[in-house]
Amino acid sequence: MTIEQTSLRAGRPRARGTAARVRATALGLLGLVAVAVIWEVYKVFGPDDGVVVAGHRILPRTTDLAMPHVWEMVARLLGPTTSQAGAAPLWLTVAQAALVSLGIAAVGWVVGTVVGIALGVLMQMVRVAEHGLLPWVVLSQTVPLIAFAPVLKNWGAQIEVGDWRWPQWLSVAVIASYLAFFPVAVGMLKGLQSPPRTHLELMHTYDAGRWATLVKVRLPAAVPYLLPALRLGVASAVVGTVVAEVSTGFMDGIGRQLVSFAGQASGDPAKAWAPIFGAVVLGLVAAGLVGLIGLALRSYRRGEAT
Amino acid sequence: MSARSVLDGGARPGHDRLVRIVAPIVVGLAGLALWQLLVGVVGVSAYLLPSPAEIASEWSANVGPIADGTWITGSNAVLGLVVGGAVGVLLAALASRLRWFDLMLAPVVAALAVVPIVALAPVLNSMFGADSEFGRRAIAAIASFVPVFVNSLRGLRQTTPLQRDLMRSYAASGSQTFRVLTLPSAAPYVLTGFRVASSLAVISALVAEYFGGPRGGLGAFISTSAATSAYARAWAYVGAAILLGLALYLVTVAAERLIGRLLSGGAR
Amino acid sequence: MSKHETTAPAVRATGIGKTFDTKAGPVQALTDVDLEVAAGEFVSLIGPSGCGKSTLMRLVADLDGPTTGRLEVFGKSPAQARQDQDYGIAFQQAGLLPWRTVADNIGLPLELHRMDRSARAARVAELAELVGLTDFAGSYPDQLSGGMQQRVAIARSLAEQPRLLLMDEPFGALDEMTRERMQTELSRIVAETGAAVVFVTHSIPEAVFLSDRVVVMSPRPGRITTLISTGIGPGVVRDEQLRETTGFFEKVTEVREALHGAPVGSSAREGR
Repeated sequence: MTIEQTSLRAGRPRARGTAARVRATALGLLGLVAVAVIWEVYKVFGPDDGVVVAGHRILPRTTDLAMPHVWEMVARLLGPTTSQAGAAPLWLTVAQAALVSLGIAAVGWVVGTVVGIALGVLMQMVRVAEHGLLPWVVLSQTVPLIAFAPVLKNWGAQIEVGDWRWPQWLSVAVIASYLAFFPVAVGMLKGLQSPPRTHLELMHTYDAGRWATLVKVRLPAAVPYLLPALRLGVASAVVGTVVAEVSTGFMDGIGRQLVSFAGQASGDPAKAWAPIFGAVVLGLVAAGLVGLIGLALRSYRRGEAT
Repeated sequence: MSARSVLDGGARPGHDRLVRIVAPIVVGLAGLALWQLLVGVVGVSAYLLPSPAEIASEWSANVGPIADGTWITGSNAVLGLVVGGAVGVLLAALASRLRWFDLMLAPVVAALAVVPIVALAPVLNSMFGADSEFGRRAIAAIASFVPVFVNSLRGLRQTTPLQRDLMRSYAASGSQTFRVLTLPSAAPYVLTGFRVASSLAVISALVAEYFGGPRGGLGAFISTSAATSAYARAWAYVGAAILLGLALYLVTVAAERLIGRLLSGGAR
Repeated sequence: MSKHETTAPAVRATGIGKTFDTKAGPVQALTDVDLEVAAGEFVSLIGPSGCGKSTLMRLVADLDGPTTGRLEVFGKSPAQARQDQDYGIAFQQAGLLPWRTVADNIGLPLELHRMDRSARAARVAELAELVGLTDFAGSYPDQLSGGMQQRVAIARSLAEQPRLLLMDEPFGALDEMTRERMQTELSRIVAETGAAVVFVTHSIPEAVFLSDRVVVMSPRPGRITTLISTGIGPGVVRDEQLRETTGFFEKVTEVREALHGAPVGSSAREGR
């Protein structure tokens, strides 16, 4: 057992010390710079019409229209959104749309997480539920039910309770939650089933019931499994939000901006990249926020196996 | 011999297997019954939820377009999966050998994992031309790349120092070590990456069609049908997309099983 | 001690048999086991792998049920004894919850049985002192050595002041020196608490050093072959000197011969 433990640790190289961390950060930044450099180098040396093999273009066109310079993309962010007088700078317009999408994704993620945790607990506590539901939960994700987003929009439109009408953003959030619940449900179930037999038998000798075992042993043991699931879930929720915004025609989020700015690309190619940067930042911020949860629960991550 | 304890609740193996098969079927039938109940008894309008029969008739009326759309979306997904997966394995092999390369790639992969890749669809269309399917393939490839890369890298790092010391003590050559140790321990992880990626590839190829580009794929058909309120037809296309996703998933599962058996058989 | 004393033995097993259903068919883990452990007595179960010593302990702990025979713990069914928390248990793996501090691990059973916070803190402090871990009460298990983790597990098993301790190779994963130190300490702790102990082990010197009686078991099917009184007695202080007495060596030899089923001198026939 001792051998296994030491080898586990040694097999997982961890940058230690400040010097190693500086090196990792520098190389990481270099990696990002490398992407931009490859872009520009190809733009200089690649043929204008791209590389076409057997009728299929396998490398892109290099015109300014197809591939704007990296610095033009950045400069465009600082410029005004439209040529109208008093137009807000593009970065602000993009940030506002990204914030709207972040809010929707957050709602979807919270709903998906709650449903996922509840399903995970149900499947752990009731064996028949695990056998009955798990195949369907897995199936629900192997099939691209996100395809169904355009249909869902019309369901929402039919719902009206008194003065309250189903807002369009809620349809988007529902789709986001549908994508987010899966990793959480599966991760939760795995985590709840993770305690070693010794721990469970110990609880049995204490005459502890199912709930006490759940609260004292299974839930804390599930935390290291739940956290990566939450990260996966939030990434899925962001993708779901962007796609659902496009397919339901929701106007205020980053998804719509991706499409409409791309439509203006023939006259303003760099502008199409602005909402892409917005989506990238959106994804990173969402993942970062979930990372904070991991920080708050770090005492439950002692002896983490991954 | 590990003693079976009270914790197993005294479940008999045969009984357990029966539950494993029957329970999902019961849940599935209950779902179907609920659907029929909503449509038939509660009277949810066909506008909201078409009955299975309506969807089936739309299916048979549109077999041609469904087959064409499945072919287009499916080939985009498969191409993306194969290319993205191959690049993933290749880069993972490099990253497992070269520490600096690993560190350089880390933030790019971490970003790709949390960033909505479909966002690239519109610009890819302008980079490769609006009549090109390439954008969708590229998106499916990038989406597939992430899980394959991450899992492969993890797999290539599975060998323990103890095992490596053992190979060294046998004076095994690099290629021998790879064949006997690294490949068998990494292969299951690589295949898991492909299994996860298979669903992502289909979903990505499909939703990329919502962002413009040539028509003709399943995604484009779904959004056109929904936009013209032809819901039963939209559902028929959704059904085709479900079958496509399932088919690709099952192929990767089968590959996982087959190669797993070959490797464990070969080791003996 | 709050629990009222009874004259019933700590463990009384009559005609115990245990069969497991496995894929390869039923496996007889124990057959026809008769054993009585008196209150306050230290009994070791020793034997090769598969002799059913751990299974027997698990039956006493109500982690498994016997297929045949009668088993009583302080005159009650094992299930009742478990509900009354008449026994404490420690396994080969310390089995500490990694997200709890040493103090919180020791206090876990008390927490589950709703002892109030201040009484719990006092009891945990007492137990930590008993096993010499007062300074580490706020540490986490991953910060402790294997021997220290096992001390925490022992303190935890003593939390409810049980009259019976069940220990399944608790020192099996420790190095020899730590192991001997832990044995000395365990005998001191047991003497202080007056609890009966059923101790499963692979080690002959460990069994002889700790026990009043050693139960020698044999596999296929698991059964008791010999009962050996060490003659050391519960009143004797078990220290390093004891390990070097002639009486100790003689008992070690006796147990070894019982295990091999023949005098050690003729062990050439072992492969039989």
